[in-house]
Amino acid sequence: MKKDSLKSEKIFQKTICFSGVIILLLLLGIFFTLLFSSLPSIKAFGLKFITGRKWDPVTGNFAAFPFLVGTLLTSFLALAISIPFSLSLALLLGEYSKGGVVSSFLTGMVELLAGIPSVIYGFWGLFILVPVIRFIELKLGLIPYGVGIFTASLILSVMIIPYSASLGKEVVNLVPRDLKEAAYSLGGTKFEVIKRVILPYARSGIFAGILLSLGRALGETMAVTMVIGNSHFLPGSIFSPSNTMASVIANEFTEAVDTLYLSSLIEIGLLLFLITTIVNIAGRYIINKVSVEVR
Amino acid sequence: MRDKTLFRIMQDRLFKSVVMSLAFLSTLPLLFILFYIFKNGISVINWKFLVNLPKPVGEISGGISNAIVGTSILVLISCIVSVPLGIASGIYLSEYRKSRLSYFVRLSVEVLQGVPSIVIGIIAYLWIVKPVGSFSALAGGIALGIMMLPVIVRSTEETLKLIPYYLKEASLALGVPYYRTILKVILPTGLSGIMTGILLGIARIAGETAPLLFTAFGNPFMNVNILKPVNSLPLLIFNYAMSPYADWQKIAWGASVVLVTMVLFLNLIAKMVAKKWKIVS
Repeated sequence: MKKDSLKSEKIFQKTICFSGVIILLLLLGIFFTLLFSSLPSIKAFGLKFITGRKWDPVTGNFAAFPFLVGTLLTSFLALAISIPFSLSLALLLGEYSKGGVVSSFLTGMVELLAGIPSVIYGFWGLFILVPVIRFIELKLGLIPYGVGIFTASLILSVMIIPYSASLGKEVVNLVPRDLKEAAYSLGGTKFEVIKRVILPYARSGIFAGILLSLGRALGETMAVTMVIGNSHFLPGSIFSPSNTMASVIANEFTEAVDTLYLSSLIEIGLLLFLITTIVNIAGRYIINKVSVEVR
Repeated sequence: MRDKTLFRIMQDRLFKSVVMSLAFLSTLPLLFILFYIFKNGISVINWKFLVNLPKPVGEISGGISNAIVGTSILVLISCIVSVPLGIASGIYLSEYRKSRLSYFVRLSVEVLQGVPSIVIGIIAYLWIVKPVGSFSALAGGIALGIMMLPVIVRSTEETLKLIPYYLKEASLALGVPYYRTILKVILPTGLSGIMTGILLGIARIAGETAPLLFTAFGNPFMNVNILKPVNSLPLLIFNYAMSPYADWQKIAWGASVVLVTMVLFLNLIAKMVAKKWKIVS
């Protein structure tokens, strides 16, 4: 009896330990699979893959610089648009009204917003937002593409607001109560407390939240693919059609027949994986550090 | 002096109203999206829409039954792949909080959560579609399973951490072996949290399109063979939305209503489960 349960004990321990290891191996497997499958393209183009400007499947010349620019432009533009909104949400939920009807209403709305699938955002953007943007572009005297970097950034900013707002709220909540109350007891208004105490204290946490949202934005695929316009050239302005790294993979992966084409697309995937991983680890590291300090 | 006070009060009020209005403005897109989807989609939906197969352009009363079945198959496969592994790793992380290995496992869960969905699609293509030689529901399900895994691991870990230590100690003091304590005392106590995680995971992957583009691929016919390509709701929406035919776009609106309702409903159930069986510590 006793031996039996000891044996089961061992099996149990091994099983849970093993499943943890599987996750570790899964991640390593993802990295090395991407690396090995993009070897042909790494060998053929080397560093030129990142700096070159021409992506031409017909002549077999692949370089990802336009997509890198497209990705960074859309993501940073989306971040810039979303920051005022997500910061307001974070302050409102974290400081102005904790609990109560307003905050539970807003929390519910934000959760719903987070739950809507990416393809729905893209579909809605394509049929509702694109005509609006086209109209604005006509009024401004620009070429009325409708699709393009700006449209993609708008959609993307709506998609990352829930994520950055909930992170921001957590960070604002971490500000010690005694600090805030000390400031209030000195006669500070709410605005002054936010400006002089909460924001400086939560600064690194907010920065980490922005980094994590950036990680989200960089890898977002469907909504961007549907409204960015699928162009292989270096974007001329923020209204021109472009492609992000994720959208070029989504558009061309099934068309890629020869090895070099496929491996170039996989190399873009590898770059995307590396960039998002670095951004995410940096963000997580800062967040963990901040919350440990507070405790 | 009084002027200064007045100025500060005005400044405070102004700031508050800016924060308020920006916060409420950011919920507007949600209302717009829901409004347009239901406005354009609700008229398409009837019983036939749910049980018919898609029809070629020009024929009316096409349906989305194959996509609904396909999505169910994909979700089922991904649950089979990720739920046991996710729960086991969650137990591991909550039981061995300080070991060096668990630090790396936790880190990989976090990294895995941030991996773009399209990259997961590439991986499933390279691991399954290429060796097998055909697009398949299996590949799509595994891709979605990888996406769901971190959600389940984290919710399991977080839930088990919340369970009071004296429950475990009481069970151990009665002479119950460690593994039975975990399986019969700790896991059932944390069941609601784990269920919430699984439901949220399903809600997340049910709407995923990018990992399916070159794994499940899409299929205009009904298919239940997991080694063949299947359709799914998000894939159908994507393909029909990008098509130039008004009929198909209409079906895409209808399918969007079905998908959004499903996903929001799953989120709601998850929330209710979490609320109803909250761990009291």
